[in-house]
This record gives sequence, C-alpha cells and structure tokens, in this order.
Amino acid sequence: MSRALQALFFLLIVRPFLALVLGVNLRHADRLPQTGPAILAANHNSHLDTLLLMSLYPMAKLHRVRPVAAADYFLKNRVIAWFALTIMHILPLSRRPRKASTPQPSPEKGGHPEGHKGANEMPKPANEKPLAHIEAALAAGDILILFPEGSRGEPERRSALKSGIAHLMADAPTVPVVPIYLRGLGKALPKGEWLPVPFFADGWVGEPLSWQGDRAATMRLLEARFAELEQEGKAPAWE
Amino acid sequence: MPPNLQAALYGILALLVAGTVIIGLKKWLRPGAGDHELWLRMRSWWIMAGLFVLAIAVDRALSIVFFALVSFLALKEYFSIIPTRRADRRVLFWAYAAIPVQYFWVYDAWFGLFIIFIPVYLFLFIPLKMVIVGETQGFLKAAGTLHWGLMTTVFSLSHAAFLLALPDAKNPAAGSAGLLLFLVFLTQFNDVMQFVWGKLAGRRKVIPKVSPGKTVAGFVGGIATTTLVAWLAAPYLTPLTGWQPIAAGLIIGIGGFVGDVTISAIKRDLGIKDSGSLIPGHGGILDRVDSLTYTAPLFFHFVYYLHY
Repeated sequence: MSRALQALFFLLIVRPFLALVLGVNLRHADRLPQTGPAILAANHNSHLDTLLLMSLYPMAKLHRVRPVAAADYFLKNRVIAWFALTIMHILPLSRRPRKASTPQPSPEKGGHPEGHKGANEMPKPANEKPLAHIEAALAAGDILILFPEGSRGEPERRSALKSGIAHLMADAPTVPVVPIYLRGLGKALPKGEWLPVPFFADGWVGEPLSWQGDRAATMRLLEARFAELEQEGKAPAWE
Repeated sequence: MPPNLQAALYGILALLVAGTVIIGLKKWLRPGAGDHELWLRMRSWWIMAGLFVLAIAVDRALSIVFFALVSFLALKEYFSIIPTRRADRRVLFWAYAAIPVQYFWVYDAWFGLFIIFIPVYLFLFIPLKMVIVGETQGFLKAAGTLHWGLMTTVFSLSHAAFLLALPDAKNPAAGSAGLLLFLVFLTQFNDVMQFVWGKLAGRRKVIPKVSPGKTVAGFVGGIATTTLVAWLAAPYLTPLTGWQPIAAGLIIGIGGFVGDVTISAIKRDLGIKDSGSLIPGHGGILDRVDSLTYTAPLFFHFVYYLHY
C-alpha cells in the first residue's frame, strides 16, 4: 500500500514537476550505482535534493532508494511524519552525536527526551545503537541517500561535511559511497522558502569510495571528491 | 488543413528522411569522430519537427501552448545560465508569470496589448518588484538582464505564435499556419544551410571574436539558399508577391545569423559552450531558438505591414 502511494506520488507529481519546472542535467550518470547496497552522499541545499536523487532511479527500483533523514525535523508532527515514513520511506536518524550516550534534555532547545513523539515509529531508541536500522537497510541491499553536511544550510553553498557518515562507513566498510554534487536546487527552493521558482538543476556523480581505515582519512577523501566535482561544475556564487 | 500546408509538411518529412539517409551513408562510408553527435542531432530534429507539426496540425490553441512552453524553457535556461541575485528569486517568479499572460494576448488576438505588455508594462513592473525587495547592490545589472531575457525568449518568440492570430482569409494559399510554417521552417533551414555551407566551403571567418565557427561561405551560402527556398515556397504558403519573398528570405537569412551570434556572444561572456543540454546534439533550447528570436519579430512586422 505504502509502496503504491509512493509510486503514485512520484509518477504523478514529482517526476512531472522535476521534468517541467526544473529539468535535470546529470553528468557521469554511468557512475550511479544500479544496485545496492550503496550510499549516495550529496550536498544539501533544498528539500528538492531528495526528490531529485530518488527520481534518478526507475520506478521499479524506487522503493529500494531510502533517504536517511533527521528524526527531529521529519518526525516533528504527525502529518510530516506520515509523509516522510509512508511516502518517502525515510530512515529516521537522530542528529545528536553518538558520544552523548546519556540523554541530556537541554532546556534552552526545549529539549524533549529521546523517544518523544514519532520516535515510536523508529525501530530502536536512538541512544542505544542509532544506526542499527540504517545498517539493516544496507544489509538488505537498499540504496541510501545521505546528506553529510547535516542540513541544507546557505543556498548554493557547500558547508563542511559532518563525520556522521564515517560511522556508517566504518560499520559497513565494503559499501560504496558515491558522492553527488548538486547545483541549482538551492535557487529553486532554498531553506525557508515555500514558493519554488523554476531553474535548471545540474548534478555531477563522482567516483565511488569506501572506508579508508580511519575516520579522518575517509572524510578527507570524501571532501576531496566533493571539491573535485564542485570544480568541474564551477559557477559564480549566488549572492 | 489547406492542401498547400499538407504538401509542405510532406516536403519537411522528405527533407528529414534525406538528412537521415545522408548522415547514415556518411557514417557507413566515411566514419568519423563527429558521427555520433550528428546522429543525435538528426534524431533531435525528428523529435522537434514531430512536436511542431503535431501542434500546428491539431489546432491553433495547441500551437500557442507549444510556443508558450518553448518560451518557458528558453527563459528558464536563460535564468539558469546568467548570474542572478539571490534577492531576485521571487522577482524571477513574476517574470515567468508573464509568459501565460503574453500568450493569452496571442490567443485572444489582442494585438494592442501583445505588442506593449512586455516592452512597457513588464519593463516598469519588474524594477518595481525589485525596489520592494530593496536590494540595491547590482540593481541596474539585474534589471537589465532580467528584461533582456523576457524580451528575447518571451516577447520575440511570441511573434511567431502571433502569426496564427492573423486572419486566415488574407492568406488564401495556406492560412495563418502557412506563415508560421514558412517562418519556422526557413529559420531552422537557414541554420542548417549556414552549417553545411560552412563545413563544405568555409575558410574565412566572419566574426572570430564572437563565434569562431562562423565563416563567410557559411554566411553567404546560407543566406543565398534560404532566399532561394523562400522565393520557391512563398507562393504556396504566404501572401507575399513579386520582390517580397526575396526580401523575406534575406530577412530570415540575415536575422537568423544575427540571432545565432547574439546568443553565442552571451555564452562567450559567461564562458560556457552550450546553453544547456535539453536537446541532444544541439545543446540547450536557446541554442536552437536563438535565430528565431530575431527572425520572428522581423518577419512578423514585414508581413504585417505589407498584408494585414
């Protein structure tokens, strides 16, 4: 049922919207992994990023492409949580760093303890082994979408990569990580805007990489791949 | 559909078949590095010609929607390649919103508004929206580039569609669709002929600073061929008589060249080779309609002044 809803949503809304309002030009499309397990690591400027990356796959494979998305944002109310889980098939991720293993509700953030609200939909409480359900999806052969910058940030500007992705790569050292540099979607629908404005979007798929033995080396390589792709698609800053 | 129009469509079909056969033979007899590109280009011609013919064969409204869509894609491509300001994101939305309005005037055959809506009202409205946003850094450049895009991709191109709003009775040979077919076919034919003459005999460059691929032979040969075909086809598709088809051929030949190199100059300025990748083998949609942005208004006013 959920798979059918997802298929309908992409067929009737997402794909026509991307084709007409945006238009996507993907370079090195042959580097896109056709089967899982694999991780697509993209820079993040817009909610449209996820829709675009999922639409790169044929409808038959759509349900195997799973965006990893922040639980605090996408499970914050029932409507969004229903959409995120039922239509987008997200794998919710707690954004709190792993080393803070004891839950510390911070009053200034209005912090609610883990397990509040939509968290009952998560396969496991986040503070035990926050990546377990994500690793299970990889083990099942899914293709994951991950935004290592952690949030959308300033439109059309890359921000520093967070090392969260390295934890996952360390646990699944043979899984290929494919860096994808996206441009233009931050203009079409940046953070904080609701009105999409048509722009052509560009994407550059990089060479796959995997766990380099330690976290720093892995992150350096990933960062270097992004820098290369950004150089290839060099454009003036959007100010 | 008027019989002359039908005959012209068969003629285009024959040209497409001939082009495909020639490229196929070249690929077979003298294989070269550019073959795949040529093949893609030919395939795209089939698709573009098919869509265009389908639109004008069905009805006037669909043809107008077709041109509105071409304007939209061209404007989107333009806004995507030029540097825009972050502050103008919503202003661009209003520029896009002008497209359905402009094409509604076409559909309504409301010449008075069609001819001033973008040059006057949008020209005044866009800076107003920008003032409301309040970002003054780069204001003049942004206002200029936004309006240039609207004039080129929407105002100019909509002249092709407005040919369909002209009364059929004044063109007994083939109706208003005959004029549109004459303009669009000759503009595209001129592009191809300039390319072919340039490849066959081109040596001296016309404007190396803007477009190093353009040669004197391509320019002259293209215009001559276009004018000849205009003279042959005009009696069957247009109300043009006497010297007029020759003038129309020259307008389309020279105008098409200027439109082409104008977009080339912009691409050079921005440091890009193609305006996009929408049409395999051709580049972007601006690369394809660049010549039409000049020929459409020039040909329209030529015919309109003489016969309507």
